[in-house]
Amino acid sequence: MGLDIRLPIGIIFTVYGAILIIYGMVADPSIFQEKSLGVNIDLWWGLAMLVFGVFMGALALRATRHSES
Amino acid sequence: MHPHFVDYAIIAIYFVFVLGIGFALRGRMKTSDDFFLSGRSIPGWITGLAFMSANLGALEVMGHAANAAKYGMYVNHFYWLAAMPAMCFVGVFMMPFYYGSKVRSVPEFLRKRYDEKTRTLNALCFAFMALLVSGIDLYAMAILFQRLLNWPFWASVIASAVVVAIYIYLGGLTSSIYNEVLQFFLIVFGFLPLAILGLKAVGGFAGLKASLPNPGYAHTWANIWHAADNPMGVNWVATIFGLGFVLSFGYWCTDFLVVQRGLAAKNMASAQRTPLIAAVPKMFFPLMVVLPGLVAIAYSPVRQLLWDPAKGAYNYNQALPVMLGSLYPSGLLGLGLTALLASFMSGMAGNVTAFNTVWTFDIYQTHINPGKPDHHYLSMGRLATVFAVVVGIGTAFIVLHFNNLMDYLQLLFAFFNAPLFGTFLLGMFWKRTSAHSGFWGLLCGILAAATHYTLYHFHYIHYPSDMAANFYQAIWAFAVCFCVTVVVTFFTEPRKEEELVGLVYSLTPRPKTSNLPWYERPSVWAIGILALCAVLNIIFW
Repeated sequence: MGLDIRLPIGIIFTVYGAILIIYGMVADPSIFQEKSLGVNIDLWWGLAMLVFGVFMGALALRATRHSES
Repeated sequence: MHPHFVDYAIIAIYFVFVLGIGFALRGRMKTSDDFFLSGRSIPGWITGLAFMSANLGALEVMGHAANAAKYGMYVNHFYWLAAMPAMCFVGVFMMPFYYGSKVRSVPEFLRKRYDEKTRTLNALCFAFMALLVSGIDLYAMAILFQRLLNWPFWASVIASAVVVAIYIYLGGLTSSIYNEVLQFFLIVFGFLPLAILGLKAVGGFAGLKASLPNPGYAHTWANIWHAADNPMGVNWVATIFGLGFVLSFGYWCTDFLVVQRGLAAKNMASAQRTPLIAAVPKMFFPLMVVLPGLVAIAYSPVRQLLWDPAKGAYNYNQALPVMLGSLYPSGLLGLGLTALLASFMSGMAGNVTAFNTVWTFDIYQTHINPGKPDHHYLSMGRLATVFAVVVGIGTAFIVLHFNNLMDYLQLLFAFFNAPLFGTFLLGMFWKRTSAHSGFWGLLCGILAAATHYTLYHFHYIHYPSDMAANFYQAIWAFAVCFCVTVVVTFFTEPRKEEELVGLVYSLTPRPKTSNLPWYERPSVWAIGILALCAVLNIIFW
């Protein structure tokens, strides 16, 4: 239907991933001791989301390039 | 719960994207087919994920986690027994009728197969329920966010309702479907860490089993032979036939909310694969919902938070939010909250799109104003969207004051689905079923469900638990509908066979799948899914 949903999904997860990674790096490490059992879950999960977001966005962009060519 | 700016930023970004998707689709809604059926052009993986997400509202997610905390792994049945066979059935056997008959709604299928009064009965019941249930989603969301984040009830209700109204007004079913796909990924990324961190907290599966209050919690099937054995008070008859057959098939095969996503698919093969694609993540969902619920009751810091000394019992309904608050630092917390918010909103959106389709075609176009040009109905669809959202807001406020209403409304839903499945089963697989019998069977089935409920509610009949009562009620309503339909059929004229081509199994050519590669054939998918599901049942026996 015109808009490839993978593009907004790719963008939002890339943005979320970046936010989580940055927050994971600048936040006071004691919050990870208090909550997520010592694991800097923001950093790692942010990374996972970033990878996913980029992957989705790439799929969307590749699809538009294919249909244009 | 103490969210920081970063959490609010994550929530705000979600709202921006959801509206953005709506605006991006605005220019593409040119015909009523575009608005109500996405122009029948959506790829299978998207309709599949939307199919699952339309079913998986926040109420289900929170409710199943709560039930897992209260009853243990028995809740897996709601995913495995209750969903897998039904989803496979709908994909392989029923989608060819729904998609092939080119109907725009479930009631419209009933008109083609039976007659106008059957359609109208179903349309009225469904429209009524869709309206009310959308209000329940709003209410539940606003109550939760008031409790967790101190958001004023009215502000949450109105803000979410307005956002949903805008994106559906602009983008119709496509907006709803796209946001459901977004919801799906948000739920996966939002709740998977809960399972991971939760398992780490209790020391893996072994540690989990050791910390559960009742060894029966760690088994899906083990204590099912007698009602007294398992905490839910439900035995194997009620579970397999009530939940596994009638309620689940009744829901997955006839509920327009989910079926509508299949109708939007771009071709028959995609439509058939839609429920099958949805079944795969659905099968693994207990990992993200049941597991955190079990951890909530096993992990003592969380368990202590759930204990309500005033009631002398655990507040199981808070299992999922308390897990989020206990294990998620800011950042991830925002994501978890957004996942919940997304589920509530898309649950409401799904009901609104289902309502506006049934209203516009099955009620308005059929009885009130037929014969108008297409854009008239497109405008009516938009108007119906606004109407549905306003009614939803009203319902949310009414339920606020009478919160038992929520249980009654969800019960009403069950009144309609179980008998409807009987109507469909006979209609699709027995060509003799007559037009009149559809209406009378359905009506009697609904009345049977209402009667059964009243008798149970006033203690004339007894069951070990409410859940058992629900399952037996479904069996009873289905059976009554089935029998009445058959009996009335023998007294009335059948439809002419030429009219039933494409609507009945024996009169419809099976969709050609021999030319598809094996991994694209719906039957192969169905067998694979059922096999995988069997394996999971064995592992978690």
